[in-house]
Amino acid sequence: MLSKKEKELIIEIWEKLTPVAADIGSDALLRMFASYPGTKTYFSHLDISARSRHLLFHGKKIVQAITEGAKDISQLTVTLAPLQTLHAYQLRIDPTNFKVQLFSHCMLVALACHMGDDFTAVAHAAMDKFLSAFAAVLAEKYR
Amino acid sequence: MVVWTESELSIINSIFSSLDYEDIGPKALCRCLIVYPWTQRYFGGFGNLYNAAAIKSNPNIAAHGIKILHGLDRAVKNMDSIKETYAELSTLHSEKLHVDPDNFTLLGNCLTIEIAAKLGDGFTAETQGTFQKFMAVVVNALGKQYH
Repeated sequence: MLSKKEKELIIEIWEKLTPVAADIGSDALLRMFASYPGTKTYFSHLDISARSRHLLFHGKKIVQAITEGAKDISQLTVTLAPLQTLHAYQLRIDPTNFKVQLFSHCMLVALACHMGDDFTAVAHAAMDKFLSAFAAVLAEKYR
Repeated sequence: MVVWTESELSIINSIFSSLDYEDIGPKALCRCLIVYPWTQRYFGGFGNLYNAAAIKSNPNIAAHGIKILHGLDRAVKNMDSIKETYAELSTLHSEKLHVDPDNFTLLGNCLTIEIAAKLGDGFTAETQGTFQKFMAVVVNALGKQYH
């Protein structure tokens, strides 16, 4: 699925984003809430307004998990095992939310806004494939 | 019937008037053919699509990208009657071009990404939400004549 070059490109992008992890993650979440209001239902117990502590904290956690996963994509199932359990049994977020149209899409938009022309079509393709794989693995324990 | 607030109308008009159709049209279509390679199936007669470089330098693809943006412009100029405006285009895509309507969303996503890359922080969450609502209406209208 992902070529060696694509994997290297993905690692390079996420390493560069580590210092702004909270900003990118919270930006992606905010975009998702604005475009797909149904997704807010999973956060009714938190303050998810722009720049809120909860939003920044969650955004950072998500980007950190994605960066960890990027380091060895062939081991996604191992790296994500605890998150799989969390999402399946405790959070029980409908996994369609992870996908192309929803969170992944908004993450791609956040990356495009941040990286401008550096978010080339080739980088976009690699990232889309990686996030799809990530979302699929995250949903594995649901049933 | 789709209802647009003053703010939404203003956002859509502002986005499109900031775009150079001759630049963003080709970029969006090229991105779609590269990120979702199966979409190349509809462009068999367009020449060399062998790799990203070939796609980006293909003049037929560039011309088509511009055509698409001008098509979207028709929706922008007729926000209250997008369904009617696109009836003919919908029939064309269904009966002559045989395009799976799921592909409209993919191209829409690529256009969103191109606009995001261009506007940077100016493409706020609220702006994106409005743009996605517009694209959803466009995609729906284009799929209306399929049966």
